[in-house]
Amino acid sequence: MQNRIDQLFAAKQTGVLNIYCTAGYPELNDTLPVMTALQQHGADLIELGVPFSDPLADGPVIQDSGTRALKNGMSLHKLFEQLEGFRERIHVPVILMGYFNPVLVYGVEAFVKKCAEVGVDGVILPDLPKAEYEAEYKTIFEKYNVSLVFLVTPETSDERIHQLDNLSKGFLYAVSSSSTTGKDKDMSHQQAYFERLQQLKLKNPVLIGFGIKDKATFDTACRYTNGAIIGTAFIKALGEGKDIDSTVRTFIGAIKN
Amino acid sequence: MDIAIDTSKSRYQVDKNGYYGRFGGAYIPEMLFPNVDELQRKYMEVLSDPTFQQEFEALLRDYVGRPSPLYFAKRLSEKYKAKIFLKREDLNHTGAHKVNNTIGQILLAKRLGKTRIIAETGAGQHGVATATVCALMGMECVVYMGSIDIERQAPNVSRMKMLGATVVAATSGSQTLKDATNEAIRDWINNPVDTHYILGTAAGPHPYPDMVARLQSVISEEIRKQLLEKTGSELPDYVVACIGGGSNAAGAFFHYLDDEEVKLVAVEAGGKGVHSGHSAATTQLGKIGIIHAAKTLLMQTEDGQITEPYSISAGLDYPGIGPMHAHLYETGRAMFLDATDDEALAAAYELCKLEGIIPAMESAHALAKLKDLPFNPDDVVVVCLSGRGDKDLNTYIRHMNK
Repeated sequence: MQNRIDQLFAAKQTGVLNIYCTAGYPELNDTLPVMTALQQHGADLIELGVPFSDPLADGPVIQDSGTRALKNGMSLHKLFEQLEGFRERIHVPVILMGYFNPVLVYGVEAFVKKCAEVGVDGVILPDLPKAEYEAEYKTIFEKYNVSLVFLVTPETSDERIHQLDNLSKGFLYAVSSSSTTGKDKDMSHQQAYFERLQQLKLKNPVLIGFGIKDKATFDTACRYTNGAIIGTAFIKALGEGKDIDSTVRTFIGAIKN
Repeated sequence: MDIAIDTSKSRYQVDKNGYYGRFGGAYIPEMLFPNVDELQRKYMEVLSDPTFQQEFEALLRDYVGRPSPLYFAKRLSEKYKAKIFLKREDLNHTGAHKVNNTIGQILLAKRLGKTRIIAETGAGQHGVATATVCALMGMECVVYMGSIDIERQAPNVSRMKMLGATVVAATSGSQTLKDATNEAIRDWINNPVDTHYILGTAAGPHPYPDMVARLQSVISEEIRKQLLEKTGSELPDYVVACIGGGSNAAGAFFHYLDDEEVKLVAVEAGGKGVHSGHSAATTQLGKIGIIHAAKTLLMQTEDGQITEPYSISAGLDYPGIGPMHAHLYETGRAMFLDATDDEALAAAYELCKLEGIIPAMESAHALAKLKDLPFNPDDVVVVCLSGRGDKDLNTYIRHMNK
């Protein structure tokens, strides 16, 4: 069966909206209600964050959401329990984003196998390096048809972007600026980098993430690539909002209209 | 000097991929790749450069006060019935071995064209040593420190500020050393071009464990020369050092790793007892995982969440150990023991009374195991006295009358 991420990009090449949410946030059992609302109100892809005690690439907002989720009792085992049977209701592609240590402790093959069983389509592990992936884990991801998505940044050389693009499955995650998540760096200086990505003729679709927070930044990203990823701004909205469904509706409405 | 010595034949040193056995590597997010890659490519070239070595050596001699003495502790030797020598890193400028590494790394940072320095600190010793070399070189310095540590180590915070550093409170997570390290790494992600991260211990992504071990290896290089003069042999029977992340132990063990007849003893912080739930004895309580971008042994939950350790000594209060040490543990090359808070306190008071030296709380953990090692009267024992106890006076006073 074709991976759902590939199906998505086969059908839609522009304006793809990927929204990040933290599993078990704001409350332990909000994972599925948030995902359901995201699908219903127009997210094309869902990036589900697996909380970790030491998230090195994240700024304070996503850190705090993870801390809260862990306090709520979230864990990788718990998350897979929650995801049992979720494909009966949710058909958009779902990607797990997490740090490598919990996956290593769970067992990489057991983790990838479980992803395939419950219907998770891809994984982002920002601290799993390219060399280790190639040497030890690539065959496992391929065996279960689970995509591993790699990141590139404005400091990544063209040569390395091509290498990461060749390894990446599903799409390539272009970090908008050299920063942790939610840093609010000015995107107007990134034009040269975005144009460089366009000219490299990459084999994967490209989504831009980090610093995408509203309609203006989303539209900017979409001018250069296939779409964008919103995380921090959505976590903030979820934390401040009252009920999940209306928060998600309002949030996505403001991006898309 | 031997900081750039070829170690490729040693089974205990780093391999060409940055691993010690199955430990090590560089599990970094892509945002850090250019910086870490640059260090990996250039650190050996810089450390081998004769002009670097001359500058490093001159500063260690004239500014730090090296070589640090190897002192024969006569009364301690009488008590423990062995020939005990103390490697006096406590007499270095800034009061601990930490400055060996910061001098080396600031010279490296200059050669890489960096203008801004960041560091993490727990007790504040590495922060002070970093602030010191930044003042010396006129570089901007930002030190991350857990907000709980800022409160309990106030004098070192003031010292860093006097030296011109900006001290930033790490308010995430448990607000101690682990989180200060996270914040320093996040700063580096956000400042990818002009900044060098002076990591203080033999942990973190490759090449840090090897680079820090090499810069600290002056400790064992000197011990060999000094022992030869004093005993007629470069080789002791034992080298004993405390271990948190493991930089003083790495330096004290470095030039003895392949002399298998020298017993290497690493002493971890047992806290209130290894199984009390308040301990930092990583080799006993930890299992393999990733912490601060290195694959090593670390304390964690069954879900892979990194847990908070405990020790009376802020410098040993770290939930992992450097990958070299994880490998020394697994291969059995080094013996790993633990000393509890109470044992370390007793050893500190004893050193004061027998030798007139107030040791750092960390170093006292190494001294605390002299009573447990099966010495013969002719055994030559070197204990790395990694730092002095000024910073721990409040702790010592508080426990004195208990």
